[in-house]
Amino acid sequence: MIELSRNYFELFGLPVRYTLDPVALAERYRELQRVVHPDRFANAPEQERRLALQQATLVNEAFETLRDPLRRAQYLLGLHGLDSNGETATTRDAEFLMQQMELREALASVSEAEDPGLRLDALMRDIRKMIDAQVAQLAVLFEEATPGSLEAAREAVSRMQFLNKLYNEAEAREAELEESF
Amino acid sequence: MALLQIAEPGQSAAPHEHKLAAGIDLGTTNSLVATVRSGVAETLPDEEGRHLLPSVVRYTPEGVVVGEEAKAAAAEDPHNTIASVKRLIGRGVSDLKTLGDRLPYEFVDTDSAVPRIKTVAGPVSAVEVSAEILKVLAARAEKTLGGPLTGVVITVPAYFDDAQRQATKDAARLAGLNVFRLLNEPTAAAVAYGLDRGAEGIHAVYDLGGGTFDISILRLNKGVFEVMATGGDSALGGDDFDRAIAEWIMQQAGIGGDASPQLLRSLMDKAREAKEALAQQDTVEIEVALPGGGQWKGQLDRATMNRLIEPLIRKTISACRRTLRDAGVRPAEIEDVVMVGGSTRTLRVRELVGEFFGTEPLVDIDPDKVVAIGAALQADVLAGNKPEDEMLLLDVIPLSLGIETMGGLVEKIVPRNTTIPVARAQEFTTFKDGQTAMAIHVVQGERELVADNRSLARFELRGIPPMVAGAARIRVTFSVDADGLLHVEAEELSTGVKASVEVKPSYGLTDEEIAGMLQSSIEHAGEDMAARRLTEQKVEAARVVEALRSALATDGDELLDAAERQRVERALHDLQQTADSASDAETIKQAIEQLEKTCEFYVERRMNSNIRKAMAGHKVDEFE
Repeated sequence: MIELSRNYFELFGLPVRYTLDPVALAERYRELQRVVHPDRFANAPEQERRLALQQATLVNEAFETLRDPLRRAQYLLGLHGLDSNGETATTRDAEFLMQQMELREALASVSEAEDPGLRLDALMRDIRKMIDAQVAQLAVLFEEATPGSLEAAREAVSRMQFLNKLYNEAEAREAELEESF
Repeated sequence: MALLQIAEPGQSAAPHEHKLAAGIDLGTTNSLVATVRSGVAETLPDEEGRHLLPSVVRYTPEGVVVGEEAKAAAAEDPHNTIASVKRLIGRGVSDLKTLGDRLPYEFVDTDSAVPRIKTVAGPVSAVEVSAEILKVLAARAEKTLGGPLTGVVITVPAYFDDAQRQATKDAARLAGLNVFRLLNEPTAAAVAYGLDRGAEGIHAVYDLGGGTFDISILRLNKGVFEVMATGGDSALGGDDFDRAIAEWIMQQAGIGGDASPQLLRSLMDKAREAKEALAQQDTVEIEVALPGGGQWKGQLDRATMNRLIEPLIRKTISACRRTLRDAGVRPAEIEDVVMVGGSTRTLRVRELVGEFFGTEPLVDIDPDKVVAIGAALQADVLAGNKPEDEMLLLDVIPLSLGIETMGGLVEKIVPRNTTIPVARAQEFTTFKDGQTAMAIHVVQGERELVADNRSLARFELRGIPPMVAGAARIRVTFSVDADGLLHVEAEELSTGVKASVEVKPSYGLTDEEIAGMLQSSIEHAGEDMAARRLTEQKVEAARVVEALRSALATDGDELLDAAERQRVERALHDLQQTADSASDAETIKQAIEQLEKTCEFYVERRMNSNIRKAMAGHKVDEFE
C-alpha cells in the first residue's frame, strides 16, 4: 500500500490546508494515476496488478475527497481528531433552521411563479452563495485551528451539509422542469 | 514490463521486445480484430481478404462454424445458427421475456441463472457463443502476427452494465485470451482519431449501425476520458433506411404488400445497393424482376432518397438532443463528432449531424473499423510496447451501484460517472432484536425503486452476533476495478466478528460453470488440461522473473541493503529452478507465491519510491 501514515494532502504533495489550488490538485492526480493505474501494469505479474488496483483506488478516493469542499472539510476535521457527523450546535441554531425552512418553502412553491425556471435559477444562485460563504469561512477557521475555531468549523460543515442537500433537490427540480418543457 | 514503464522516462533498460497484442470489436452484427504493426493500427483480414467477421455462429454435429458461412446458413438452419448474441450476453432468464419476440431460438430449461440455447451440439450460453467468435478473431491475429497474443483489449458499449461486462470477460477467458482491459466503444473510437492527444474538450461519438443507434458524449481532460452521458435507440439503424427505400420501390413498381418473402428480401438488397451507390453518385438505376414476369426499371436520385430517410435521421438527432441535455452540454460546446458504424457513410447523415453539432464530422477512418483500431492502439500501449506513452484512459462507471433498503428503495453507494477503480463503503444496521443474518441485494441503475433497476446479485451475511436492533454495524464495501467489474463485501464491525462474502453477478456464470466449459472445450480440442496449466504457470513464472530482474537492475541498489538483496536474489533463483524443472503447475504456482511473499516489501517500496519521485518536482512551499 501507499504509506498509510501519509495523509491525502501529503500523498498529492500539497500543504495540509483547507484552501487549495484545484488546478494543481487535478494535475497531481493525473501524475499519480500515471504511476499507479492498473493499465500501467496490464502486462505485469499478478501481485503488482493487485497492488496497482489498490493504489489507484486510494488515489481516486483521495482525489474525490480533496476536490469536494465539503468532503475536504470533513477530512480535515478528521485529521484534527474531530468527528464531523456528530450533533453540532447548528442543529440547535434556531435562526439557521428557520432560514432553511424558508428556502425549502421557496423551492416547493417555485412552480407557482410566473416563470418557474427564472425563479428556480435565482433560488439556486442564493443557495450557491450561502455555500460559498461557508467555504470562505472554513478557510479562515482551519487556518486558525484553535479548539474554538475547529468547533466553529464543525458547525459550518454541518450547515454546508444542509445547503448541499437543498441544492441537490433544487437541481432535481430543475431537471423536472426541463423535462416538462 | 510494467516495472520498467514506471521507471524514469528514457531509461528503459532492456532493448524493447515487441509484445503481440490485439484490439477486438465484438459487435452485434459484425466483429473485427486489429493490431498495431510498425506503428500503424489496422484491422486484419481473413484469408479471403474480408475484414468483417459476421457475428454469427452455427452449431452442427460436425463442429462449430463462425462468420460468413454460418450467416449464409441462417435461413436454412435458424435454430442452430445464432446471430446477434451480443443482445443476450450477460442477460438472465427473466430478461428473455423482453427480448423474446426477436429471438428465433429455443431455450433450455435450466437451474442456472444463465439462459442456454438448444442446438444440435447441446445447450450453449451467450458466453460460449461469444467465445467462438473471439477464438476465430484471435486465431486470425495470431496467424497474421506469427505468435501467441500476450493480451487483448475488447470493446463494449458504454451502457453495458456489470453483468454484461463480466460475461464478456468470461467469454474471453473461455476463448483462452488474456484481457488487458475492457474498453468503452465510444472511447475506443475517440482514441482511434487521436482525440486523447488533445488537451481537453467535449466530444460526441455518433454510432449508427445496421440495427442500433448510440450517441455518447465524452469529456477529455489531459488524457482522461470520461463518458458524460450515453443515449440512443436500440431499434433504429441503416436497415430502416433500406426498408424505407424498398417501400418506395414497391410503390413505384406497383408491387403490393402481399409480395413473397423472397421478393421482399431481394427488394431490401436492391434498396441497400441503391443507398450505397448514392453515397458516390447522384442517381442510380434500379431494376426489379416482377412477380408475374416482366421487369420494372426506375431511377432513384439522391434528393428523393434523402426525403425518404430524413425522418429516420431526425429521430437520431432527437436522441442526440436528449443525451446532450443529460450531459448538461449545448451542441455548440461539442468540439468533434466521431462517426462510427457503416450507416454513417450515407451523406445525408453526415450533413444533418454536422448541421446539428455545428462542426464537420470526423469520417477519415472507415466507420466500420474505427472502434477496433482504437482498441488496437490501447492494446499496444497496455502490452508495454510504448513505455514512453502518456496515454491513460480513466473510465467511469456508466450506472449507479447500490443496495436495496427498507421498502424496496435503493441506497446508492457508488454514483454513476465515478472514476474507476473505486471502493466505497456504507454502514447499515439490523432492524430486529437478535437478528443474526442480513440479506443484501445489489442493484445497478438510476431509479429510486429496486424494481426499476437491474438486479446484479443477492447474498446473505450470516453469523452476526445477536444484539439489540440497531447495534450491529454492517459495512458493505463496493469495489469496482478498472474494467468496471464489481465486487461486494459485507462485514460486521461492532464486535470484531468478521464475515465477508464476495459476489458474482446474478446473471453471470459461476466459476464452476466456466471451469466446466473450459474443460469440455479443451477436451473437444484434444488438448491436455494439465499441460496447458503447466504452460500458463511457466509463462507467469517467466513474467515474474523478468519483472524482478529489471526491477533489481533499475533500483535494487538504491532500495535494498546487501542482506535484503541477497534474500531477493536467492528467492528469484529458487523460482527459476523450480520453473525449469517442475512438471506440474501447482509446484510452480506455489513457488511464485513464495517469491511474491519474499519480495512483497520490495515491490511496495518501489511503488512508494515511484510515487515520491512523481511528486518530487513539487515542493509543498510552492503554494506558500
